[in-house]
Amino acid sequence: MTIIVTFVVLTVLGSYWWLWTHRVTEKPWLVEGIPEDHSKAREPYQASRTGLIIFLAVVTSLFSLFASAYFIRMQLDDWTPLAEPSLLWVNTGMLVLGSIVIQWASYCSGKEQLRNTQHALLATGFFTGCFIFGQLWVWQELVNNGFYIRSGPAVAFFYVITGLHMLHMFGGLWVWCRTTLNLWSGTELLEMKQSIQLCRTYWHYLLLVWMALFGLLLST
Amino acid sequence: MAQVALADSGQPLSHPRSFFTKYIWSQDHKVIAIQYGLTAISVGIVALVLSGMMRLQLGFPDTFSFIDPSEYLQFVTMHGMIMVIYLLTALFLGGFGNYLIPLMVGARDMVFPYLNMLSYWIYLLSVIILMTSFFVADGSTGAGWTLYPPQAISYGTPGSDFGIVLMLISLAVFIVAFTMGGLNYVTTVLQARTHGMTMMRLPLTVWGILTATVLGLLAFPALLVSAIMMTFDRLLGTSFFMPAMMSMGEQTDHDGGSPVLFQHLFWFFGHPEVYIVALPAFGIVSDLLSVHARKNIFGYRMMVWAIIGIGGLSFIVWAHHMYVSGMNPYFGFFFATTTLIIAVPTAIKVYNWVLTLWRGNIHFTVPMLFAIGFIFTFTHGGLTGIFLGNVVVDLPLSDTYFVVAHFHMVMGVSPILVVFGAIYHWFPKITGRMFNDTLGKLHFWGTFLGTYSIYLPMHYLGFLGVPRRYFAYEGIDFIPESALQLNSGITVAALFVAAVQLIFLVNMIWSVFKGKKADPNPWNATTLEWLTPQTPPEHGNWGPELPRVYRWAYAYSVPGAEKDFITQIEPPREDDTLGHPENERAT
Amino acid sequence: MLLAVVLVVLVVGSIAFHFLSPWWFTPIASHWQTIDDTINITFWVTGAVFIAVNLFMAYAIIKYRHRPEENRRAHYEPENSKLELWLTVVTAIGVAAILAPGLYVWAQFVEPPEDAWELEVVGEQWRWSYRLPGKDGVLGTSSVSLININNHFGVDPDDENGQDDVLVTSNILHIPIGKPVRFWLRSKDVLHDFAVAEFRVKMDLVPGLVSYLWFTPTLTGTFDVLCEELCGVGHFVMRGKVVVDEEADFQIWLDDQITFRESQAIGSGDIAVGESLYPVCAACHGPSGEGNVALNSPKISGQHHWYLEQQIRNFKHGIRGSHKDDTYGQQMAPMAGLLADDTAIRDISAYISSLPKIAADDELIADVAHGKKLYVTCATCHGKMGEGKYAMNAPQLSGQESWYMIRQLQNFKAGVRGRHALDLFGPQMFSMARYLRDDDDIKDVVAYINTLPLEKSSAIHNSVAGGR
Repeated sequence: MTIIVTFVVLTVLGSYWWLWTHRVTEKPWLVEGIPEDHSKAREPYQASRTGLIIFLAVVTSLFSLFASAYFIRMQLDDWTPLAEPSLLWVNTGMLVLGSIVIQWASYCSGKEQLRNTQHALLATGFFTGCFIFGQLWVWQELVNNGFYIRSGPAVAFFYVITGLHMLHMFGGLWVWCRTTLNLWSGTELLEMKQSIQLCRTYWHYLLLVWMALFGLLLST
Repeated sequence: MAQVALADSGQPLSHPRSFFTKYIWSQDHKVIAIQYGLTAISVGIVALVLSGMMRLQLGFPDTFSFIDPSEYLQFVTMHGMIMVIYLLTALFLGGFGNYLIPLMVGARDMVFPYLNMLSYWIYLLSVIILMTSFFVADGSTGAGWTLYPPQAISYGTPGSDFGIVLMLISLAVFIVAFTMGGLNYVTTVLQARTHGMTMMRLPLTVWGILTATVLGLLAFPALLVSAIMMTFDRLLGTSFFMPAMMSMGEQTDHDGGSPVLFQHLFWFFGHPEVYIVALPAFGIVSDLLSVHARKNIFGYRMMVWAIIGIGGLSFIVWAHHMYVSGMNPYFGFFFATTTLIIAVPTAIKVYNWVLTLWRGNIHFTVPMLFAIGFIFTFTHGGLTGIFLGNVVVDLPLSDTYFVVAHFHMVMGVSPILVVFGAIYHWFPKITGRMFNDTLGKLHFWGTFLGTYSIYLPMHYLGFLGVPRRYFAYEGIDFIPESALQLNSGITVAALFVAAVQLIFLVNMIWSVFKGKKADPNPWNATTLEWLTPQTPPEHGNWGPELPRVYRWAYAYSVPGAEKDFITQIEPPREDDTLGHPENERAT
Repeated sequence: MLLAVVLVVLVVGSIAFHFLSPWWFTPIASHWQTIDDTINITFWVTGAVFIAVNLFMAYAIIKYRHRPEENRRAHYEPENSKLELWLTVVTAIGVAAILAPGLYVWAQFVEPPEDAWELEVVGEQWRWSYRLPGKDGVLGTSSVSLININNHFGVDPDDENGQDDVLVTSNILHIPIGKPVRFWLRSKDVLHDFAVAEFRVKMDLVPGLVSYLWFTPTLTGTFDVLCEELCGVGHFVMRGKVVVDEEADFQIWLDDQITFRESQAIGSGDIAVGESLYPVCAACHGPSGEGNVALNSPKISGQHHWYLEQQIRNFKHGIRGSHKDDTYGQQMAPMAGLLADDTAIRDISAYISSLPKIAADDELIADVAHGKKLYVTCATCHGKMGEGKYAMNAPQLSGQESWYMIRQLQNFKAGVRGRHALDLFGPQMFSMARYLRDDDDIKDVVAYINTLPLEKSSAIHNSVAGGR
């Protein structure tokens, strides 16, 4: 359980630090009036971004738990490691490309370049689609070689972990779809800018998660 | 893009037009809160009835054997799961959290109202899925709310075919709903506080619910992970948790899995879960005591630190539920230590609640009665937890009625007393009417004395060694006849308490329609939720302008002040010294 | 005011309840007095806190209640750091005072003494069995995959150490007084927990791993073993006994038990021999084992051989049929006595089991739908088709005559059958029969059993392979 405990401890300590810098040691009965930093309104985007970050913490918790479970299960007698299909490297490349182009999309949207943004978004969808297609191909390969989900714990974890990651990619694609369609049907780029920025953060995050998971699978 | 309702952001809320968008598909946090509350209470009543049937079997096994051993286990399981997850968690966070957070921080609504609305309907879906498990062929699962494998998905346990799958799916759906709601509660507190509302000016209710939500966001994934893996073990033949084992005399196909792994994952969720229930109760009761004793909560800073300290520590105590699980026994040293350490901030809170009453000006309103009832019962329940946390003491007591008595006291009695206190306290704000005081007091006395008489003696059955989750006790030599008679007494008390709740229901329903019109701030409280222009608050809460906050939430009986309370929005006077002559005013 | 009074009454009442309560720890029968001592220390500390906090609160309620005639305000004191610090320190000391002895005693539990002898407890749904190391003092290796109808414990036949292991399939274990003993705990199927209240210690049985507990018995006597980890419908009837003997008595008991080597040497019953023994039984039970209602002899043809063996043994030793109200059961004792030894019992059981099954022919008018609902729990052991299950020691019910089933259920319910101290599975039926409220319930469930088809659907064959 070390991985998840480490993650949670770090998150908790991080929150304590945040609270420390937000007056948690102050004596509120001694302070009257409206403090300087509390008189301005906050941007809506900040709220969405905060919400996304918290959601990413939840997702990290989920994957850390699977990682912990993976390590615990690995100690038991019947573990036979799975040789990773080489296609996974290609898929990883697709995901990297997807992150690059969505970063480009975010940059372009910041520069108000509608066409470029639209193209970059399309490319994102393309590369992400390639990734998912590739992952499913890997699954098919495994099945063809007789590795079913019940064939053993390593195989079972492989399916579950990659499946869960894919599920989260689908979630991202759902938002991507709405954003892209909105842009195409004439919605103002300015309105979509924040959505694209949030997507970008999410894509980079899922890439990081994938690299961690891939590393996990490779190292065992 | 979801509408974001922030301070003066200039963005309008989605204003509902039709009956449907106002009361059914509403994105207003207050409506959603009531939806959560009513659903949670309804399903809680189902669970209460289940427990009544269980108690009839235990108290009068020869007279009332209309449930059989299979049903008994199914009722035990459903009672537990409904109460912990679908009632307490949903009610404190989805119910009270939704209603109070935006009001107490000075926002117009939650920051993601559409997501908030979705969260309720998905919660309702999870409840429906759970209820359908009663009607499938092999009935609902009878594995205990802890759902331990291998038994939960093996022959010999009721519902191991299909009931368990429905339970796991229902939990997964609940977790999705919870995440949607939780994102709202945390983001709203962090981002949507109005001008002048610093973190340390928040009432403890918000701190409690906020911390509980963070705990839930980080801990519920553990339940999701174990649910996914158990579903796969059951439906796809994997062996995450299933070792090489027999079933009914035949070898199974499983091999290599670890039942203890499930327990680690489950309790990694399960222990924070009890604090998800307890922390909002802690926060709310602090506010009840403060308002009705006309005195600031004693040691506000320590109370905040204790809440976040307990929250953090709650992640490293989980295996105190696993002392006798067969896990590496050396873990016992670590977890016993952390468990007993967590007792310290908890004790501080108890002292501070009592010290709030000390030198106060205590009004014995119905909410105050329930708050004091909470202190008494929580002190008892918390102390018995120390017995169980001390690993070696858990050896004779584990899986006995001592455990059942302990967790009912800290989960079923104390937080429920707070729920009632909170409902009575905020009833005038939510409905614009007052409840009947006499009925409220009757309800309190019946519930408080009744529940204590159920659970105090039950501890002693545990000391004796009477095991839990047993359908019947014939043939056990060391259990004397008197213990079985005690069981009958406990059953009578339980039925009495259940009946007393009718008083509450009658009071609520009658008062909603016929209660006397309430003052907007009948308790003369300082916090923002009492200061809305309309009572009940209308959509958007604050009218054209958001409130501006000038002080902390506990300015009661401030020396030199005109009244015995100063609201958070009252502008400071030039000569204000905040009761401390040596103090300066902030800008 | 009333509230304060009530609080004081509750505090005093709780203390009184504690001292007056007849429900307290069972007299300790192991050396773990230190656990009881730790609990007592915990009681003193937590008791003090309980009393102090609540009496202080009661006092505060009285002294500081709102009195309208006074124009008093609450005292304004946002915090008192010194007081809170002091309280924290005192609490920490109290916590440490409880934790230290607890960890100290736990350390003793985690490390059994070097000279502790060992035995194994095997748990399964829903019974206990035990394996003791034989003369060599070493338990042989075992595995779940080796478990079958001939090898109940899954002992590895290739391991020399296992040959002399003593197998106890009864749920009653004997141990000698005064010797520290480690119980290795192993489960065949799901989680269980071995708990004896008087010994104070318990531990889960986890399939896939081996757990342990240890103690030194300090009192002779017979003590209940309870399963304390929910393991299915039969959890509450998964019972056993530990008998603590003087050394001499323990040896007598030990010598009476069978070893693994001996268990493997038991052959299956000989049908031909059994046929030659049968005529005596036929007088009452009929030439085809079809039973005779006038003589109160049940149908026995086609019943599982392992069940027949057990019942005959029970009759022979007075475990069944000796109750004063069991008129017809009493007749079986001398009949069973005619069978000279275990081999004869196996032979005749094999023969009777081989007789063709005969469908029930009596019509019982009752509420079959209600009976179906009642049967759900029964099905767990007896099978959905009433075919019986070896692992549950549950006989086949389908095809049996109503009058006999009704009488047996009534006998179980009344304790006429199944309450003998050495009856392994009877007590389970006693508990199970009790949830059938009255004779109507009994008739309903029997009527439903009558509708079950005779062909069994269980994968366990009614094989005549012997040895258990």
